[in-house]
Amino acid sequence: MSDLDAFRTETREWLEENAPALIRQPIRGDEDTVWGGRNAVYDHPDQKLWLERMGAKGWTCPTWPKEYGGGGLSAEESRVLAEELARLGCRPALFSFGITMLGPVLIEFASEEQKRRFLPPIARGEIRWCQGYSEPGAGSDLAGLQTRAVLDGDEYVVNGQKVWTSYADLSDWIFCLVRTDPDAPKHDGISFLLFDMASSGVEAAPIQLISGSSPFCQTFFQDVRVPKDQLIGKVRGGWTIAKRLLQHERSMISQLGTGGGPRAEGLPELGRRYLGGTEGEPLPDPLIRDRISQFGMDRLCFGATTRRSVDAAKAGRGAGAETSMFKYYGTEMNKRRTELAVEIAGAQGLGWEGEGFSDAEVGLTRGWLRSKGNSIEGGTSEIQLNVIAKRVLGLPD
Amino acid sequence: MSLILSEEQEFLRDTVREFVQENAPVTALRALRDSQDPDGFSRELWKEMAELGWVGAALPEDLGGAGLGFAELGIVLEECGRTLAASPYLSTAVLGASALELAGTDAQKKELIPEICSGERVWALAFQEGGQFAPFECATVAESAGDGFRLSGEKLFVLDGHVADTLIVTARSAGGSSDREGIRLFLVDPKAAGVEITRTLMVDSRNAARIRFDAVEVDRSAALGQVGTGAATLDAVLDRAAICLSAEMLGSTQEVFERTLQYLKDRQQFGKPIGSFQALKHRAANLFCEVELSKSIVLDALRALDEGRPGLSLIASSCKARCSDTFVLAANEGVQMFGGIGMTDEEEVGLFLKRAKVAAHCFGDGAYHRNRFAALSGY
Ligand SMILES: Cc1cc2nc3c(=O)[nH]c(=O)nc-3n(C[C@H](O)[C@H](O)[C@H](O)COP(=O)(O)OP(=O)(O)OC[C@H]3O[C@@H](n4cnc5c(N)ncnc54)[C@H](O)[C@@H]3O)c2cc1C
Repeated sequence: MSDLDAFRTETREWLEENAPALIRQPIRGDEDTVWGGRNAVYDHPDQKLWLERMGAKGWTCPTWPKEYGGGGLSAEESRVLAEELARLGCRPALFSFGITMLGPVLIEFASEEQKRRFLPPIARGEIRWCQGYSEPGAGSDLAGLQTRAVLDGDEYVVNGQKVWTSYADLSDWIFCLVRTDPDAPKHDGISFLLFDMASSGVEAAPIQLISGSSPFCQTFFQDVRVPKDQLIGKVRGGWTIAKRLLQHERSMISQLGTGGGPRAEGLPELGRRYLGGTEGEPLPDPLIRDRISQFGMDRLCFGATTRRSVDAAKAGRGAGAETSMFKYYGTEMNKRRTELAVEIAGAQGLGWEGEGFSDAEVGLTRGWLRSKGNSIEGGTSEIQLNVIAKRVLGLPD
Repeated sequence: MSLILSEEQEFLRDTVREFVQENAPVTALRALRDSQDPDGFSRELWKEMAELGWVGAALPEDLGGAGLGFAELGIVLEECGRTLAASPYLSTAVLGASALELAGTDAQKKELIPEICSGERVWALAFQEGGQFAPFECATVAESAGDGFRLSGEKLFVLDGHVADTLIVTARSAGGSSDREGIRLFLVDPKAAGVEITRTLMVDSRNAARIRFDAVEVDRSAALGQVGTGAATLDAVLDRAAICLSAEMLGSTQEVFERTLQYLKDRQQFGKPIGSFQALKHRAANLFCEVELSKSIVLDALRALDEGRPGLSLIASSCKARCSDTFVLAANEGVQMFGGIGMTDEEEVGLFLKRAKVAAHCFGDGAYHRNRFAALSGY
C-alpha cells in the first residue's frame, strides 16, 4: 500500500469516528455557517466539537506547516482529505478570511515571530479576521486609498475610512491597507497593517445589501494606535502583499463556478421539481433545458480547467494572472446559475419572506441577489478582464 | 492522467507542428481549393504522416499502429487544425479505424487496420441523411437478398466520400426510420454496381460527398458487428470522432485567436494600436477564457478515451459543444477585429471562419450536444 493509500485509510477511519452526524448534513444558510472568533456563535454544539477536532489536527488549513497550527499535509494528502470529507458530505469546519486570504500571505511575507503569533489562532478559529481594503474613493483603483498611518514612537496612528468591509462588526482583527508615505507614488506608499478591532477609535456600521442581509460595513478609524510590530513585510511594501492576497481571494471566490458549493441544489433537480414532466424524460421547457445543459457542460469544462491548473502548478508551471480567469469566469457562471435557478422556480423563486415560500425558495431569491456581488467583490469582472488583457495577452495600454 | 503534456508529448507536438507548418500550411489548403484538386488532399503527405506513425497513433502496435493513445492523436490533430491541413484523418484514422476496432472481427481488424496505419487506404463513414446531424435518422435500408444484403438509400456530407477506397454505410435491417434499433454497419466497395458518388464542394474546401445506393448488393461478410449492436457502435465511434474533431478545432481556434491578438498589437488607428481599446481588450480577454476552457476539456476528453472512463458520452458532448461554439466565436471575432481586410479572400482569417462553421456542424453542433447531454443526464 502506498503512503497515500495508508493516509486515505487513516483519514477515513478518523473521519468516520470524529465527524458528528449533524456535520454530515448540508449547511442550510448563513445562520448555521461557522466563522469562529471571540464571539463565535454555534447553531448546534456539534459544530463547536467539529471545529475543535479539526482545529486540533490542523485540518482547517491542511497544507500549512504544523508549527503554525496547520496540518502539514502535502498537496496530494490534502486532496485526499478533501475527497474523504466530501465522501461523508462533511461541512467545512470553519469559514475564515484568515484561512483563505490572510494566512497564505503571512506564511509568505511575515516574520517568524508574527507567524507564530497570528497563524495558530486562525487555524483553531479563535480569531476572526476582516479585510480593510476598499474605501469610498478607492474601489477598483485600490491603490488610490487614503487611510493614513503615521508613526508615533513605537506605534502607528491610523485615521481614515474603509467601506464594504465584510463582517467588520463581527470580526476580531482587521488586515488593513494604509498609506504610510503620502509623498511616494501611489503604489509605493502603502503598508500592510494588522490590528485589533477592539482598539479604541475603531467603529463599524453595518450596511444592508440588496439581498437583505448586512454582511458588510462602513469602518471608521480615529486615532487608532497600532504597535509597529504589527506591520507585515516592509514599510511601504504593502502593495505587493495586497496584490498577492487578492490572488488568494480571487481563487476562493472563483470556486463558486463549480456550482455554488454544498448548499446548492442542482439545476436539473430544480427543473424537475418546478417544471415537472416524467422522471428521465426531457423537461417540458426546452429553452430552460438547453440553458441547464449549457451550465452543466460549462461546469465540467471549468472543473477540468481547475484540475489542469493544479497539474500545471505541480509541474512548476503555475501562472498568477490565471486567477483572474478563474475569478472572472467562475463568478459569471455562478451569476448565470442563480439567475436560471430563480427563473426555473418562477414566482416561487421571487418571494422575499413570510407565508407562501419555503426557506429554500427564499434562499433562491436571496442567493440570486447575493451572487451579483460575486463579480464585484475581490475586483470586478471588468478589472479581471483588464488584468488578463495586460498580463496574459500582453495588449498595450 | 495529468492534464498537462509530458515531455514526450511536448516533443511530439513540436515535431508535428514543424512538419505541418512546413508541409501543409494554410496556403496548401488554398492551393488545393484554387487548383480544384480532384483528391482534395495530398496523398504523398498522407503517406508521409503515416510513415511517421501519426495516422495510427492511437492504434495498437500489433495492428500496425504506434500504440500510443488518443492523447497523442489529439496532439497531431490539434497541430493539423492550426494550419487547416486537409487530410483523411477524421474519415480514416478516426471514423474508419474506430468502427473496425470497435465492431470488427479479429480477422477484419488484422486485415484492414494495418492498411489504415500505413496510409494505403482511405475510408469513409456514410451515416448522415438530412441537413441536420441526426445519426440515428436512417432511412437507408438493408434487405436480405440471397446470401447477403441489398442496400438502398442516400447519404450526404460523407467526409472523403469521393476518395474513399472503402465505405462504411449505416443501413437498417429493421425498425422505423427514427429508431435506434435495427441499424447496422456495412462495408461497401465504392465501385460496386448501384453506388453513385457525387463530390459536394463545401464552404471550407474540405472533402465531402453525396452518395446514392441503388439496390447495392453486398455479401453477408460485409456486415460489420453483430445484429443489434449497430447503434451502440455508432454512438461510440461518433463520441471518438467528436472528441478528435474537437482537438482539431482547438488547434484552429488557438491559431485564429493568436493571429487576431497579433493584429490587435500591430494595427494602428487613432495613433495607437487597436489592441489598446478596452472594448477590444475585454472581448479578447473573454475569448481567452473560452479558449482555455476548450483546451481543458479537450485534454480531459482525450484522456477519458484513453482511460475508458465511465460517462464518456457526457464528456464528449461537452467537449464538442464547447469547441464548436468557441471556434465559431473566435473566428467571428477574428473577422470583425481584422476589419475590412478580414472580409477579403486573401486574408486567411476567412478560411478559419469557413472551417469553423463546417466543423461545428460536423458530428453535431452546440445545440445538438446540449440536447444530448440533457437526455443522457435524465432531464
Ligand atoms: C459583497 C461584497 C463584499 C465585499 N467585501 C469587501 C471586504 O471585505 N473588504 C474590502 O476591502 N472590500 C470589499 N468589497 C469591495 C469590493 O472590493 C469593491 O466593491 C470592488 O473592488 C469595486 O470597487 P467599487 O465598488 O468602488 O466600484 P468602482 O471601482 O467604482 O467600479 C464601478 C464600475 O466601474 C467599473 N470600472 C472601474 N474601473 C474600471 C476600469 N479601469 N476599466 C473598466 N471598468 C472599470 C467596474 O468594473 C464597475 O463595474 C466587497 C464588495 C462586495 C460587493
